[in-house]
Amino acid sequence: MKFSPALDGALHAVINRFFVQAFLQSIGRNFLNFLEAIGRFAMFAILALSHCVRAPFYLKNMGRLMIDFGYYSLPVVGLTAAFTGMVLALQSYSGFSRFSAEGAIAGVVALSVTRELGPVLAGLMVAGRVGAAIAAELGTMRVTEQIDALSTLSTNPYKYLIVPRLIAATVTMPLLVVIADIIGIFGGFIIGVYHLNFNAGAYLKNTLDILTFTDVFSGLVKAAAFGFIIALLGCYNGFNSKGGAQGVGNATTYAVVSASMLILMSNFFITALFFGV
Amino acid sequence: MNSVTPKIRFTNVYKSFGTKKVLQGINLDVMPQESVVIIGGSGTGKSVLIKSVLGIVKPDSGTIEIEGRDVSKLSHHEREQQLKKFGMLFQGGALFDSMKIWQNIAFGLIQGAGMDKKEAKTIALEKLKQVGLTADVAELYPSELSGGMQKRVALARAIATKPDVIFFDEPTTGLDPIMADVINELIVKCVKDLGATALTITHDMHSVRKIADKVAMLFEGKILWQGTVAELDTCDNDYVQKFVSGMSTAVKVA
Repeated sequence: MKFSPALDGALHAVINRFFVQAFLQSIGRNFLNFLEAIGRFAMFAILALSHCVRAPFYLKNMGRLMIDFGYYSLPVVGLTAAFTGMVLALQSYSGFSRFSAEGAIAGVVALSVTRELGPVLAGLMVAGRVGAAIAAELGTMRVTEQIDALSTLSTNPYKYLIVPRLIAATVTMPLLVVIADIIGIFGGFIIGVYHLNFNAGAYLKNTLDILTFTDVFSGLVKAAAFGFIIALLGCYNGFNSKGGAQGVGNATTYAVVSASMLILMSNFFITALFFGV
Repeated sequence: MNSVTPKIRFTNVYKSFGTKKVLQGINLDVMPQESVVIIGGSGTGKSVLIKSVLGIVKPDSGTIEIEGRDVSKLSHHEREQQLKKFGMLFQGGALFDSMKIWQNIAFGLIQGAGMDKKEAKTIALEKLKQVGLTADVAELYPSELSGGMQKRVALARAIATKPDVIFFDEPTTGLDPIMADVINELIVKCVKDLGATALTITHDMHSVRKIADKVAMLFEGKILWQGTVAELDTCDNDYVQKFVSGMSTAVKVA
């Protein structure tokens, strides 16, 4: 069918306007949804934090969760740290030997592990293990009305479920990272001494000489922040899950993905805070 | 004029979820020690109505009064004290799957009332017996029980704190007719023993006849009809008759 040029132009204008309008509406809607989601999350975080400082405290729950989050995460965090330290020593040797700077390897391993790789990799591993478990557990409790049941049994779900998880994860992560730091540095030491034939005493001396309090402390601050992020996002996604098994699955995915992203983003800001120039 | 203050009074209660209007002006009185059953089709907002009394869902407008006090105007502490007088049997039981059966029943006593664990366990075992279960069940986990047994445990948990008001959300759903009748009998017995007020929601007309002093029909977000069980059979509302007879065309019961 052929239209007159005037009608054709008018049709084009209407179609263009329709698509542009739909496109802009879609952007606007998504932006508003995003702001709404941020607002909901902020409200949840504020409410959870406010309950952290008000009795009652479920200390037994907290202790049980600390063992679950910390002790049972040790194998995965320890293995990750050990191999990270070992790879770091090998890679540093391969690179630094070009400049005859092999002597810096011990320091590079120690600084990388304590400042960055220890907390970040432990954070990502714990996000996968603990964040997913929190979201799945709370999500299942939500869809099976167990959280509603808590309210009817005169128990505040925030105090009973959220606060112990937030505190347990925030306290446990630095402890895990201290162990990860030691194992990571030891991994580098094993490769340095037994594979690259460095002197054991010199390697240890170099390590201890280069490390400062700030290096270790900044890593522990990161660890505490990452622990809080992991628990908060696990709790938020699990607590607000809906729609049965699929909803719980989605909550678990969102908890792990969002915690991992937030860990990497917050890592930048904490690093800038400590070492930014 | 009735001078007794209703135990629960809904006045013009509205609730929407997004564009879906669930409750559209609910007006209903539940008198002390009365057993009121709310019937209605799926998705008509029966559960939302109960959850709004418990504070799990917040109404958009209207008032809900408990013993003459508007629940929206209560302080946090007053609301917590009020919740201690309530018991609730959830549709799926909502038992805590990480806890043993006795811990589930004793949960409200230990966490809510601050009772000693040993004493709470003794009461939990008594309640188990009251709902027809033996003490050896106490050490099991909910996943090790059948659906009917889980409902009994949930009932034991709901009555453990001796509540003034008990809510039953579809107590017989998913149970065979014999087990459903057992649960109905238990509900009647427990409510009578406690002298409690009961608010039940169900589709099951057999339950209605067994449990109810008063029946209210929820339709399109409003109470379409309310009356006694005897009046239910002679009611001239077409929709109520369809619902009662379970037929798509109205059949009036003589």
